[in-house]
Amino acid sequence: MFTPTYKALVFAATFTLAFSCGITAGFAHHVTFGNLMIMHPWSRETTANATVAAGFMSITNNGAEDDRLVAATAVISDKVQLHNMTMNGDVMEMQELKDGIVIPAGKTVELKPKSLHIMFLNIKSHPKLGDEFKGTLTFEKAGTVDVDFEIEAADAGME
Amino acid sequence: MKHLRAILWGVVAVFAAILGGVYFTGGFQPDRLLTMADIGGPFRLASSNGGFIDSKDLLGKPYGVFFGFTHCPEVCPTTMYEMTKTLKAVGDDAKDFRLFFITVDPERDTAPMLKDYLSNFDPRIEALVPTAEELRSVARDFRAIYEKVPGSDGEYTMNHTATIYLMNGKGQLASTISYDEKPENRIAKLKKLIAGG
Repeated sequence: MFTPTYKALVFAATFTLAFSCGITAGFAHHVTFGNLMIMHPWSRETTANATVAAGFMSITNNGAEDDRLVAATAVISDKVQLHNMTMNGDVMEMQELKDGIVIPAGKTVELKPKSLHIMFLNIKSHPKLGDEFKGTLTFEKAGTVDVDFEIEAADAGME
Repeated sequence: MKHLRAILWGVVAVFAAILGGVYFTGGFQPDRLLTMADIGGPFRLASSNGGFIDSKDLLGKPYGVFFGFTHCPEVCPTTMYEMTKTLKAVGDDAKDFRLFFITVDPERDTAPMLKDYLSNFDPRIEALVPTAEELRSVARDFRAIYEKVPGSDGEYTMNHTATIYLMNGKGQLASTISYDEKPENRIAKLKKLIAGG
């Protein structure tokens, strides 16, 4: 449904709009932070008694050196970890990435469903579709940056 | 002495014959291919709605089985959300269908927690709460895998089979719905299961 052309179109339109209005981070929902560009942090709508949630985004490193996402925080949770999920046949396997997630120089790393994600444990609130919540990302070299996670549908990213 | 030796050789021959017999009849082959009929098995487990669910009482009524846990960020809520949509789409034909969410984390998941967790989804979905020992047995019968993965700060998460088992009215595996299954396939598989009885 979201073809690369469509994505490019949306990106181009958003970028042009943001640029022409002189608005940068926030409006287009991307944050440029040193050499890093963080696109569209988001999370899924959770049910009222869910205990965990996951955060997704894409991170582009435009620098000449690798960086590493080492930690994250979010107002909805006091315990946040970096995880990778893989499907081993029909078995879902979860792994905590204690060494963080490397963002190689010149590359984009996607945190997305069924893959790398930020894991919010013991969540205290359950924001609804269209809401957002605040958080931070800490990179080994670039330091800490504020981000807003937008809430999408409970099955977003399944295509 | 000669007698003893003869007797011992006799014992060896008898053992060899037994082992050979077991081997050639297929009873001793660990990698023997599983057939659909090997998957599933009788169970009687506590339900999050109170009381017990006995698979004997489900005869004649197709049902689904999913192994999950409430501290599951993606696969479990997504599967429950997708199946809620699927059940709604199939509608009245699925009015007697039941989907059992068997917790693989009985250490943390209690019946009230599971009931609360599932209250956000279709009421045809209910949780079964095995003891650790019952879980071993039911997972073995369904050839389901679950494994505790320790994290930092004493936290842990679980690896587990993410497939929905669709059981026919005889309590045999009829088909499966995978995590990646397209919505139209979920609906088609559920309809086929129910039509097949």
